[in-house]
Amino acid sequence: MLQKMQLMMMGLLLSVCLTAGTAAAKQTELTMYYPVAVGGPLTQVIDGMVDQFMAENPGITVNAIYAGNYNDARIKALAALKSGQPAQLSVLFSIDIYELIEQDAIVAFDDVVQTAEEKAWLNSFYPTLMENGKTAGKTWGIPFQRSTIVMYYNKDLFRKAGLDPEQPPADWDEMVAMGKKITTADRWGVMIPSTGYPYWMFGALAMQNGQVLMNGDGNTTYFDHPAVIEALQFWKDLGAKHGVMPSGTIEWGTLRQNFLEGKTAMMWHSTGNLTAVKDNADFDFGVAMLPASKRRGTPTGGGNFYIFKQTTPDERRAAMQLIKFMTSPENSARWSIKTGYMGVSPAAYDTAALKDYVAGFPYAAVARDQLSHATAELSTYQTGRIRKTLDDAIQATLTGAKTPEASLKEAQGVADRLLKPYR
Amino acid sequence: MQLPRKNHVHAWLLLMPAAILLIAFTHYPTVTTVVKSLFSKGTAIRPSQFTGLDNYRMMIEDPVFWKVLGNNLWFALGTIPTSIALAIVMALFVNRALPGRSLVRMAYFTPTILPMIAVANIWLFFYTPDIGLIDQILTAVGISGRNWLGDPATVLPAIMVMTIWKEAGFFMIFYLAAMQNIPPELKEAARLEGAGRWTYFFRVMFPLLMPTTLFVFINAVLNSFKLVDHLFVLTKGGPDNASNLLLYYIFETAFSYFETHYAAALTVVLLVLLAAMALGQFFILDKRVHYR
Repeated sequence: MLQKMQLMMMGLLLSVCLTAGTAAAKQTELTMYYPVAVGGPLTQVIDGMVDQFMAENPGITVNAIYAGNYNDARIKALAALKSGQPAQLSVLFSIDIYELIEQDAIVAFDDVVQTAEEKAWLNSFYPTLMENGKTAGKTWGIPFQRSTIVMYYNKDLFRKAGLDPEQPPADWDEMVAMGKKITTADRWGVMIPSTGYPYWMFGALAMQNGQVLMNGDGNTTYFDHPAVIEALQFWKDLGAKHGVMPSGTIEWGTLRQNFLEGKTAMMWHSTGNLTAVKDNADFDFGVAMLPASKRRGTPTGGGNFYIFKQTTPDERRAAMQLIKFMTSPENSARWSIKTGYMGVSPAAYDTAALKDYVAGFPYAAVARDQLSHATAELSTYQTGRIRKTLDDAIQATLTGAKTPEASLKEAQGVADRLLKPYR
Repeated sequence: MQLPRKNHVHAWLLLMPAAILLIAFTHYPTVTTVVKSLFSKGTAIRPSQFTGLDNYRMMIEDPVFWKVLGNNLWFALGTIPTSIALAIVMALFVNRALPGRSLVRMAYFTPTILPMIAVANIWLFFYTPDIGLIDQILTAVGISGRNWLGDPATVLPAIMVMTIWKEAGFFMIFYLAAMQNIPPELKEAARLEGAGRWTYFFRVMFPLLMPTTLFVFINAVLNSFKLVDHLFVLTKGGPDNASNLLLYYIFETAFSYFETHYAAALTVVLLVLLAAMALGQFFILDKRVHYR
């Protein structure tokens, strides 16, 4: 409300200035949608950053509009585009890139950057975080609120089972062995959520087994690759064979509560939960990289900045300025500390603020350290339907309706049919 | 009788506000949906083109469509009769002299005033394995709990139970109002004739409640196709579409897959289904309803 009042006042002031003919520079107005996918007062953090930007850049007015979760934000941004009152830039799901390109909604940053300094800026981010923002030789998204999957574990339960609490499992076999020692009648060894974003968790398992799920052009998937089938078999076996995880699907939304109540000793979850776990755990907990099979691995996740096509050159320049501000090392560090999301560039972790924070709370750096083992999140053309097809295949396997091989071959068949026109 | 011209103008003017709203928000969207369902998905690269019944052909070959349609029928069968029966029982119970009667009435009605999303969030923690309310109670009496929402065999029944809990109180209000409109002389007369409680209920009260039952039944049928809010919170249609319902699938198709034209075709099917059922209810059941 206050925000709106302020904006209106600013607008009023502006019009007074203009009519008085005293305005020195031309005003540029930007509208930006952004999503919040995890709990917490993140809208205040963004509003604070935007206010600071406007104070430093009096020629630019920014309307930052909170637009719900990733799905809602994409719908709102695209609807605004079609209604002729488009936003100039937005933070949207990093994996929406192909959908946005196909809708001809966004411009590549390569076509907006001008100076050599800006071209260098394009390369200042962690390359792994850029994977979901690049295709067809161009950069379309700039990383902002990004995460990976990490393993949270309960050190008290490790001690109780006679395990070394400073030695979380480093590979699948260790995870199963430790899980067996921990599992009792009212406690599980490990939980990997399989509702909400099963394809995301599965991206980690598949990569650990040596195979990514799709190619860089977003037009081929590898769901029926033997290593991928083996990864799904392992996921199913955790419950069905080794008995260290409940069988059936595990709810994404309530998993954190399960972990906090000590019902599972290990959970795989987004780094976005770090602050919440830190604040609510009444036991000694640790955060570790995900275990390896043939190698370590996790997909990245989260939201990128996009600039829309229906913009004037002035607006694009202003949008660039805003994005550069929001992703600067200092602001990225501030964002990371307040949310648990990662700093997006190595320079962010070199700032004094984030260095101090990591020194006092080393688990804040696990996600960054894991970046060297990370890959892009599943993202293709027709991404919504292909993601759902894979989700269904995973759930059908975990609930015992189909074998991993049958369900993944079927999913690959659907994906092939949907992606054929894009090859 | 011929109306004067002035009255005609007057009548149309009076009709206009309602007509404009209906046309703008009901009839026009319906017609565009039907038209849209005959075109292919359009993108900036490949514009939309007329494809006739292709979207409907695709639907026939779409296993998920048949799955959600089947789910929806089971969902309707599972929720409607039970919630109506429960509503009548609850209304009978609170229609008597009872200590703390308004408190009980309010308790029965509470689920209705809660938004569906809130209800789903509450029930999510009832159903959660191990730490959920249901599993904790079961463990206390020595039965091991189960993964209610994670098992295709239990997920749809679990959602039905929640829906019945939510709906029955709402329907109870209508029955309660109807029961209070039944003159007490009828009960006295029946008792004088020697009719027992059951006879009175089945031969006198239930027939008199039929108009209410028809109204409630239509509402229940519509709701069983219209209410999907809880799926967003509870299961997102999973695992493997075991709890997916038609309207949620339409939402997914339109806003997650961006296949608005296929979603339009699915919407037409939903429209036809609902229209057919409403007509059936009015023309067939209406004949058996006794209006005073």
